[in-house]
Amino acid sequence: MADSRRWAPYLFILPAVLVMLAGLVYPVIDAFRLSFLDWEIGQPIEQARSVGWSQYRRMLEDPDVRESLWVTIRFGFWTITIEMALGVALALLLEKPIRGASVFRTIFILPLMVSPVVVGLIWRYLFDARAGWINHYLQQMGFEPLVWLGDAELAFFAIVVTDIWQWTPFIFIIVIAGLQALPGDVIEAARIDGTNWWQQVFLVKLPMIRSILLIALLMRLIDVFRGMEVMYIMTGGGPGRATELLSLHIYNRAFNAQQLGYASAIAVLLIVLVFALSMAILAVSNPMRTRSDI
Amino acid sequence: MAGTRDRTLHYLALVVLAVLCLTPIYIMISTGFKQQVLILSGEPVWFFFTPTLDNYEYLMTRGKFDRYLTNSIIVGSVSTFLTLILGGFCAYAIARTEFHGRRTLASVSLLLRMVPPAVLAIPAFAIVITFGITNDYAVLIFFYTALNLPFTIWLLFGFYRQIPVELEEAAIVDGASPLQVFFRVLMPLMKSGYAVAAIFTFRIAWNELILALLLTGRNSRTLPVAAAGFITDTGVEWGRIMAMGTLIVIPPLLFTFFAARQIIAGLTAGSVKG
Repeated sequence: MADSRRWAPYLFILPAVLVMLAGLVYPVIDAFRLSFLDWEIGQPIEQARSVGWSQYRRMLEDPDVRESLWVTIRFGFWTITIEMALGVALALLLEKPIRGASVFRTIFILPLMVSPVVVGLIWRYLFDARAGWINHYLQQMGFEPLVWLGDAELAFFAIVVTDIWQWTPFIFIIVIAGLQALPGDVIEAARIDGTNWWQQVFLVKLPMIRSILLIALLMRLIDVFRGMEVMYIMTGGGPGRATELLSLHIYNRAFNAQQLGYASAIAVLLIVLVFALSMAILAVSNPMRTRSDI
Repeated sequence: MAGTRDRTLHYLALVVLAVLCLTPIYIMISTGFKQQVLILSGEPVWFFFTPTLDNYEYLMTRGKFDRYLTNSIIVGSVSTFLTLILGGFCAYAIARTEFHGRRTLASVSLLLRMVPPAVLAIPAFAIVITFGITNDYAVLIFFYTALNLPFTIWLLFGFYRQIPVELEEAAIVDGASPLQVFFRVLMPLMKSGYAVAAIFTFRIAWNELILALLLTGRNSRTLPVAAAGFITDTGVEWGRIMAMGTLIVIPPLLFTFFAARQIIAGLTAGSVKG
């Protein structure tokens, strides 16, 4: 009896641990191994030449990798700044519980639930040069129609707009949940002390939910590095590399340019970046802490 | 008086936001019911047009949509089932028992939750060409289970932690085995936790594109792969494309309408409770 209690935990975790080892840990290690091979599609992997660290050296000087990283950073900067600003502002304005709030909340999570592929399809249609709705309304207002997805700057703008549509509600929802979980007496005390609305927001509320804000920001940043589906559908990364986020760049390198080994080296760079950001989240708040730590 | 005006503004702001969220989805759904001629005229018609089922008929009869739908349902439900079983056991052990490596497992699985699909793509492709599995969804189901496990474990862990330990202790005193405690005592209390986990797991499996592109063949294609192929093949068949998008979005929409509260619980679990 006592004995079974000792080994039971291992039995409970074993299947999940095995699947995660084989399906997540092994591929990550394998990506590292492949990054040392000059391996192309169509070539049997045994014949791939081992090239040591040279692909990492190549990566550091590769203008295409640099451009894709720069696109990713710019994309992350614009989308996250706007989404955080909009999401937090809206949450602060609309935090007061009102009747019918649940109906609105249901509507607000819809963009999050729509498949990225479908989000890409919808916005590709809206931005379409000929049949798209956006061009139609531009023309109605007296502007020239634009080739949205065919121009570097415009295509970048289009994917930023699409991302903002999909993810602002996410920030809004978690910030509002955080605000409503704040102890009422603290806000009340601040009010009695004669603080105005702005002071309550910037001196009391936002500082009290700062870990939520930080985690939301880091999660969005990780998503920017992980995501590629919307751009895969809307632009394929183009024109040129104008909308080719790092994940999409790896995919295109591996399966269009067919350089599997070199793409693996870039994948290792990606995983290092993502893990560094994840560690930051763990440092802010590790939800798996035991009760006694809290 | 100011209160009434504030409340009106409050509702007005919410309505504007709701319209912004809904409009693109509405445009997709309505376009799926329009004739190609009307769509290509470039004239946005919001409400008044003669609806047609041509696009849906095409998808069902010539688009092999039924095939892809079946594939997606199988892949989604089998991987969700596996994830919940394996993840449930694991979360229970982390929440309730003491064992070597417990903390490491907890932190590592949080890191693993963030592994980008693009990183899995090349090794997954290597596995497929080495073993020659291209027309079967077993590999895909396996990867989706692995991808979903970390989040599921972490989510269910939070739910287990909220259940008072005394319930299990009482059952153990009464002579129940660990498995009996798990299934008879905890399972019924964990219903809503498992519901949240199921929604998020199924949604990932249902929506995923990158691995599915690489790991499926002509007959095992899932809906997102079919949709992606559709836009590159046909280009301007917007009616059919939007009809396909509408069909893909039905399960997530149903989840949202029937389980919005649980979805919000899942979304906020990570950041707010922490």
